[in-house]
Amino acid sequence: MFDELSQRFEDAVKSLRGQDKITETNVEGALQQVRRALLDADVSLPVVRAFVDEVRSRAVGSEVVRGISPDQKFIQLVHEQLVETMGGANAPLAAGGTAGAPTVILMAGLQGAGKTTATAKLGLHLKDQGRKALLVGADVYRPAAIEQLRTLGGQIGVEVFSLGTEARPEAIAAAGIAKAREEGFDTVLVDTAGRLQIDTAMMEEMVRIREAVQPDEVLLVVDSMIGQEAAELTRAFHEQVGITGAVLTKLDGDSRGGAALSIRKVSGAPIKFIGTGEKVEALQPFHPERMASRILGMGDVLTLVEKATKEVELADVARMQQKLQEATFDFSDFVQQMRLIKRMGSLGGLMKMIPGMNKIDDGMLKQGEQQLKKIEAMIGSMTQQEREQPDLLASQPSRRRRIASGSGHSPAEVDKVLTDFQKMRGLMQQMSRGGMPGMPGMGGMPGGFPGMGGFPGMGGMPGMGGMPGMPGMGAPAGRGGAPKPARPAKKRKGFGQL
Amino acid sequence: MLEQAAAQRRQRQQELIAIAELADTGSAPAPSETSTSTSTSVSGSGSGSPAAAPAQPSPLADAAEPSLGAFDDTFTWSAEVLAAQGRQLDDISLEEIDWLGRLRRGLEKTRRGFVTQLLDRLGDDPLTPEVLDDFETTLLRADVGVQATDQVLEALRQRLNEEVVDPAEGIRFLKEQLRGLLDEPITASGVPLLAPERERLNVWLMVGVNGVGKTTTLGKLANLAVRSGYSCLIAAADTFRAAAVQQVQIWGDRSGVAVIANPSANADPAAVVYDAIGAAQSKGTELVLVDTAGRLQTKHNLMEELAKVRRIIDKLAPDAAVESLLVLDASQGQNGLRQAMAFAKAAGLTGVVLTKLDGSARGGVAIAVAHEAGLPIRFIGAGEGIRDLRPFNSFEFVEALLAV
Repeated sequence: MFDELSQRFEDAVKSLRGQDKITETNVEGALQQVRRALLDADVSLPVVRAFVDEVRSRAVGSEVVRGISPDQKFIQLVHEQLVETMGGANAPLAAGGTAGAPTVILMAGLQGAGKTTATAKLGLHLKDQGRKALLVGADVYRPAAIEQLRTLGGQIGVEVFSLGTEARPEAIAAAGIAKAREEGFDTVLVDTAGRLQIDTAMMEEMVRIREAVQPDEVLLVVDSMIGQEAAELTRAFHEQVGITGAVLTKLDGDSRGGAALSIRKVSGAPIKFIGTGEKVEALQPFHPERMASRILGMGDVLTLVEKATKEVELADVARMQQKLQEATFDFSDFVQQMRLIKRMGSLGGLMKMIPGMNKIDDGMLKQGEQQLKKIEAMIGSMTQQEREQPDLLASQPSRRRRIASGSGHSPAEVDKVLTDFQKMRGLMQQMSRGGMPGMPGMGGMPGGFPGMGGFPGMGGMPGMGGMPGMPGMGAPAGRGGAPKPARPAKKRKGFGQL
Repeated sequence: MLEQAAAQRRQRQQELIAIAELADTGSAPAPSETSTSTSTSVSGSGSGSPAAAPAQPSPLADAAEPSLGAFDDTFTWSAEVLAAQGRQLDDISLEEIDWLGRLRRGLEKTRRGFVTQLLDRLGDDPLTPEVLDDFETTLLRADVGVQATDQVLEALRQRLNEEVVDPAEGIRFLKEQLRGLLDEPITASGVPLLAPERERLNVWLMVGVNGVGKTTTLGKLANLAVRSGYSCLIAAADTFRAAAVQQVQIWGDRSGVAVIANPSANADPAAVVYDAIGAAQSKGTELVLVDTAGRLQTKHNLMEELAKVRRIIDKLAPDAAVESLLVLDASQGQNGLRQAMAFAKAAGLTGVVLTKLDGSARGGVAIAVAHEAGLPIRFIGAGEGIRDLRPFNSFEFVEALLAV
């Protein structure tokens, strides 16, 4: 249902093709699809309506420049409008206070939004920036909430303060700040209990906490999977407590995160961070342009690239690139790349970030992953020498037989993998000659992908073998402003275009 | 017993609809939907066709009538829910009637809100396609989702093409459609009301993404089970989140239910389940509630871990009645459907618990989940109190869903 979104969107936009101008009449169908896309992404209805009207007034009459078709123009408009609505560039956290006069950050939100986890993540983020943060546990309602914060605080090495569950939250918060002043902390993060925006008593308590601590920053923590409630929730918290920003959590899932648009539109406050995993390191600054692509179901190439960059040592990249160019990429490199992919997350998760690749079903991915396991087993049966010199295997059948029995596969399977590997080496070399200017970080990918999709003719991976999605990676990422679902027709040009 | 209760429940529900219609429109009770027989036969037909006249009041209600006074909406509803729970007259406490009554009054208010508002505006004029936009807005804002909304409105549109429909009938039709979507998987499951089977090991596995209220729901279920006289055990298989075991322990203490946990950090959840089932078998425990760590459905390895837990259960207790319940947060949007699909694959889901319905979120995604994933909604959680969990009732849910 959801993965049809991009396709539907594309179809609707096609009706604009061949028109020289976007008009009231010819844009309606496309706008209808935008509306659907946004609703499916859980953007709140009033926000969707306002947004669609804005796009309409912007699109109608806009001249189509030579070289850009109206459909491209339209998608660009929608994307731009999304980015603009979500607040342009990334907004930073309030600057650090000084020892004795700490910056106070108050966390607020519904039950289960991820406040406690987000508090710890922010604590680590601040610690990494060299700030001295104190976490204050003021959730006295949820069983074991304070213990959870203490455990997390222990993990990240940031001090946690609390008075237990008998004290009043505002008293705990105030005492925490007093302690921070005395002991020279420069930032205090106050974790509060989750509350429903319609629970008057709890909202009043929130106001009391705010008055007790006089926060510099009130962050609304919102689960990215939230539905239509996002607008109401934001409005209530903003009117009663006053928020200065938001943290969108659980974006490592497959929600489209339409809440980002609703929050910004309703409160005017920027999304400052996104939570992308259960580990305490999994906090990232918010980037509107990436969220725009995600909301429209167009993949998230930039995050993919960033993930890759984070995992890959720069030295490795250079070394790998050289290997590719010289076609000396060997089996040990292959294993290294595979491990790298595993570190970045599941194959499926990665694939779905690539525009046009989100239609791959899980069965295919599983097959792909199994295929990779098979190859890994074979490589495990190779000697160091064989790994470094794959040619040895090509020339000596007895080595291949040994590997086959050692890894529990038939010799034919080993032969196939070897042929594929050689083909891939050739292909990689071709690609890397195309050069990759303007996109560092991508350097890590060519090596990374052969294991996944690039293995030409890899039998078990229908639809992936020829890397149909790869061209898509190049196009939208490069242009930034106008992402478009990949066209399978443009085979194997992706890296060259970068 | 359970089947009897289900039959009674269906009758009550039909009566209730009739009464509700009477209240809304002042017209004579229209023929109600759902199946014509009172058996629990499996059928995918759902509602659709108008069936026979409303059933006679059940013996239970007849007997209860004199002892509890006025036979009004509130009473009917309370009795219906209690009957659906398979309760006998002599173990229904006044407290329960009172609680259900309060709930009912709350619903009443919202229901009047929606219906009178629309009716006031529309008068007796036949329903026009323009009014459908209002319906659409209501449904979309309730997180029903574009697909399901289109589907029910399309059905209504077709009816409008064929005949003149007045607004009250339009609303009734709409509700019937929505209830049909919700009731379909319940009917198909053959179990109208989920309850642990007596004298047998039942294993209920609670799964879901992070922060939906799995542990809280489990605590409430444990309490409900103890109150209903089951011997119960909790397996604290959330070994990942900090302090999750403590949280479940607190819930266990509140209801006096033993908690099986593994003290070592990051223990294998399957090992905890293994221990718990072993303990249950040796003690003859009737219900084992398994708390699992929240996991996003996109985390392949975590989903594999869950599949392993499920395999362990099936292997160790092949004779047990296993329920695998997805806990879904009512404030979640369309991602809920994806969760249902993914968890169904990994944990062999048999039902859904919808939580946090006490907020202003209406949980419309449950309709998509029931319809597209074919999963029956089993319980509704509303509130943080230990008793704020009740069996799902499509009538009640649809009323609340459409409240403006």
